[in-house]
Formats: sequence, structure tokens, C-alpha cells
Amino acid sequence: MRPEKVDRLATVIILTLTGLVGLVLFALLVYLLLSGIPHISWHFLTSSAESFRSGGGIRDQLFNSLYLVVLTLIVSIPLALCAAIYLSEYAPDNRWTNLLRLAIEVLSSLPSVVVGLFGYLVFVLQWGLDFSLLAGALALTILNLPILTRACEDALRQVPYLQRQAGLGLGMSKWRVTTKIVLPAALPGIITGAILSAGRIFGEAAALIYTAGQSSPAISYTDWNPFSPTSFLNPLRPAETLAVHIWKVNSEGLVPDARAVSNGSVAVLILTILIFNLLARYIGYLIKRRLAKRG
Amino acid sequence: MEDLRQRLTQPSVESKQETSGKVISYLAITLIGGLVTTILIFLTWKGIALFTGNHYSLWEFLSGIKWQPSDHVFGALPMIATSFSVTLLSGIIALPLALIVAIAITEILPSTAYKFLQPTIELLVGIPSVVYGYVGLTVIVPFLRRFFGGTGFGILAATCVLFLMILPTMTSMTIDSFRAVPKQYRNASAGLGATRWQTISRVIIPSAKSGILTAMVFGMARAFGEALAVQMVIGNTTVMPTGLMHSAATLTSVLTTGIGNTVMGTISNNALWSLALILLVMSLAFNLLMRLVSRKGVK
Repeated sequence: MRPEKVDRLATVIILTLTGLVGLVLFALLVYLLLSGIPHISWHFLTSSAESFRSGGGIRDQLFNSLYLVVLTLIVSIPLALCAAIYLSEYAPDNRWTNLLRLAIEVLSSLPSVVVGLFGYLVFVLQWGLDFSLLAGALALTILNLPILTRACEDALRQVPYLQRQAGLGLGMSKWRVTTKIVLPAALPGIITGAILSAGRIFGEAAALIYTAGQSSPAISYTDWNPFSPTSFLNPLRPAETLAVHIWKVNSEGLVPDARAVSNGSVAVLILTILIFNLLARYIGYLIKRRLAKRG
Repeated sequence: MEDLRQRLTQPSVESKQETSGKVISYLAITLIGGLVTTILIFLTWKGIALFTGNHYSLWEFLSGIKWQPSDHVFGALPMIATSFSVTLLSGIIALPLALIVAIAITEILPSTAYKFLQPTIELLVGIPSVVYGYVGLTVIVPFLRRFFGGTGFGILAATCVLFLMILPTMTSMTIDSFRAVPKQYRNASAGLGATRWQTISRVIIPSAKSGILTAMVFGMARAFGEALAVQMVIGNTTVMPTGLMHSAATLTSVLTTGIGNTVMGTISNNALWSLALILLVMSLAFNLLMRLVSRKGVK
């Protein structure tokens, strides 16, 4: 009878501890959302931040975060996609390929603060970009490349080999097979990967403190000329993102309503990431349904 | 006739596309490879400037326990010790809990539970580290202050924050490695009359061992490299850590606060870059460890 007793005891212990951990984590999520959502108002989302007075909003920070995600994806998607195409379609199985894979792995394991320092050294100081959105986007690209490359490669590899053989059998070149057959079939997977990685770079802060900067000068949303210094589209202006804002408001403590501002910002951050996750999930669901129909 | 021959022997549009496509994709991957090499070279070059340019002794840097940039004394041991202790502590607490939650979700709870819990875990994995730092600042630090006295800032607060941060990641990786254990193993074990706990402890955990270890190393690597969340709650005093409730500073927290306050090229700045080099070397070491751990599993 003993093993049964041990089994029941183990089950009880495991379930209790799991319940406890789940409760703590769930309470954490609920606490963050409940304490933040009341602060989210139209005024909070559409007014600019205050440095010393209370009542500031997060309009510029929110826009900077989203703009930075777009800039980063513009740089990293083509690069990651081409690299993934090489790895899944062309790469011979030899030492050199293994070395390249190792390089990607090393890149993905770099702490984000190290990437930020590298960005500061090269993009900000050496290339003379100063603290700017562009420098931030390049630093985020470094963080994003390994994740996105892996996601794209996985998506490309999921396409059945028979489809490639069919294309090659019709006399198409390998590049045409890749772009006309494999890529369209892998597209949903690639989009899912891109959205998930967007969620990660949206909340990144450590890599941005010394690249995109910690200040957000007054910008005008009516100036559509990207070369004008006050334009919201200008990629060479310093830009504080939402995540950096949370860090700065809390470590400087100059704003009297730091708690309210950060509670609201945290809730906005979590909700945005939730939206990114749900979007990726929905696309994943669409793929599954399409595959089921075909099968 | 000549025209036809030329058309037939010339490379076709297809083959031209093929070559350019291959070249473009090859360029992209070599660009990434080059980027990694550049990062390693630049950070090493900046990191050794303290020893080659300022002739500071490497031994004094690694073993000195005083970090006083104003007096040009740079002993990095306090930061190294603190970084390792918060990483190890949070990893040691997180591993068993991640294991237990993963067992419960994959082996005990019905599969509908997984459907609901997986998106929640995914969301927790995706929450930015600044948010965990903020939780530390507003929940954990006041809590510790009330129960243990003092300021609440310190190693224990940093450990708690890192624990919360890496637990979802480690749990989801452990779940994946449990789910990769073939169903036949469970059936075979049950067929021999084993109880569920016997199956879990003697069949499933041993066969998922390399995945569990990988999850642990991955989580600890993330904890070691985390900057802002730790910086917000650890108190930032560069002294040797003596107790759980004492404030201290990690490699990353000194870097975040210091780089902006020093001038490029000065000795204090070079010392910070040497700290960054330690961080880089450690992340490479974690990477190597992860490779070793996952290779063992293949055997």
C-alpha cells in the first residue's frame, strides 16, 4: 500500500504548491491591471509628460514605443528573413554553417544592457547618431535578429518538402521555389513570429537608455516632414519609450504623481503586450484551420 | 543562327535570379555573423583598456573589494559576488517551483487546464523586466521593510524580483520538455503497475532531465544579465554583500547608473567597460553551459 500513499501525498503537495504559485502570479497580474486601469483615461493617453508637476500623460512615450517597434521591424524583418532563407534552403551541413548558427545563438544570449552599451559605443558615439530613435532601433534590431531569424527558419522548415520537390520538378529555380511556393506557405508563421518579437521589443528598456535616450523633447504631430527636428516622424530625435519612462519616473522621483503615472503606464504596457500575444495566437489559429481544411 | 546560339548559351533569367537570391541571403547571414564578431571585438577592446591603457592590475580588479571611482580604486569583487549570489539564489528557488508547476500542468491537471494556463504563462513571459522591477519597488520592498526592518532594498528584494521574472520562462521551458517525453513511456510505466508519482519521478523527470537543466541555465543567464529590474530594488551601494537585507550592487546595476555619469575614455569609464566585459564573458559561459547540458541529453 505504500507507493499509493506516497503517490497521494506527492499529488497533494504538488497541487498545493502549484495553486500557491498560480495564485501569487495571478494576483500579481490582477493587481497590476486593477491598480493601473483606473489611471488610463483619454487625457492620460493624449497629453504629454510633465517633468515636475503632476497630471502628466504618456502620449509621446507611447508613440515613441510604437514607432520604435515599426522602425526596428523595418530593419530586422528583411535581414532575418534572408538569413533564415539561407539557413533553411541553401546552407550546406558543414562547419561554417554551424559557426553561423553558433553566432546567432551567442547573439540571442547577450544581456540587453550589453547590447545597449555596444549601441552607445558604435551607433551613438562612433556613427554620431547621438541619442536617437535610429540608434535605438538599431540596438533593438541586434536584440531582435536572433529571435526573428529562428522564428522565420522554423516557419520555412514547416513547409512540407514535397511542395519544394513539386516546384523543382517543374523546372523552377530554387530561388523561385523559395519565393513563390515556400514563402507564401510560411507567411503566417513568419507574421506570428514578427508580432511576438514586436511584443518583446515594445517593453525593452535596458538597451534603450543609452541609445534612444531618456528625454523626449517637444514634438509636433502635425509636422509630417521626417527631416524637420520637431517632427514626430524624425528618426534622429531622442525618444524616451514607455518602458524607459516607467524606470525613469521611479528612479528619479521628480514627479509628484510617479505612482499614478507608472501604474497607468504599466497597465498600458501589459495590455499592449496582451494584444500582441492575442493577435499572434489568432493568426496561429487561422493557420491551423487552413491546414485542417487542406488535410 | 548566331542570335539563337547566344540566347541558348547565355545564362537564363532564372539562373541569374537564382544567383542573386543566393548571394543576397548569404550576405544577410554573414552580416549577422559579422555583427556578432564586431560586438565581441569592440567590447573586448574597450574592456581591456583599463589594463592595457591605464595599467591597472587585473588581479586587483578581480579581487579588490573596494570600488571607489573618485580615488581610482576599482575592485570589482563586490559586484561579481552580488551578481552571482542573486542569480544563484533566484535560480535555486525558481527551479523546484517551475518543476512542480510543470508536473502539475502536464501530468496531473486535465488538459483543458493547459489551454487556459498556457496563454497566462505566455503573457507573464512577455511582461517586460521593468514591470517586474516596478512590482519589486511597490510591493516587495515595502513588504520586506515591514517584516524584516531596514530599508527593504537589498539582495533579498533583488532575488524576489528575479525569481518572479524567471519563473514563467523556466516553467514554460520545463513544460515543453515534459511534453516532449513520448506518451509510450507513460503507458509502459503504467502498464508495469507504477503509480503516477513513480512514473513522474522515475521515468518522466529522468528523460526530460536535459530540458530541465537547459531551462534552469537559461533562466539564470537571464537573471545574471538583467539590469533595470535589479537596479531598481537592490539599493546600489558597491560594497561586499554581507547579508540578505543589505543593499548591494550587481555588475549590471553599476553599469546602468555609471555609464551616463562618466566621461568616455577616462579611467573610471574604462573600469565600467571592464565590468561589461565580465558580463559578456559570463553570458558566453552560460551559452557554453547550455550547449553542454543539452548535448548530454542527446546521448
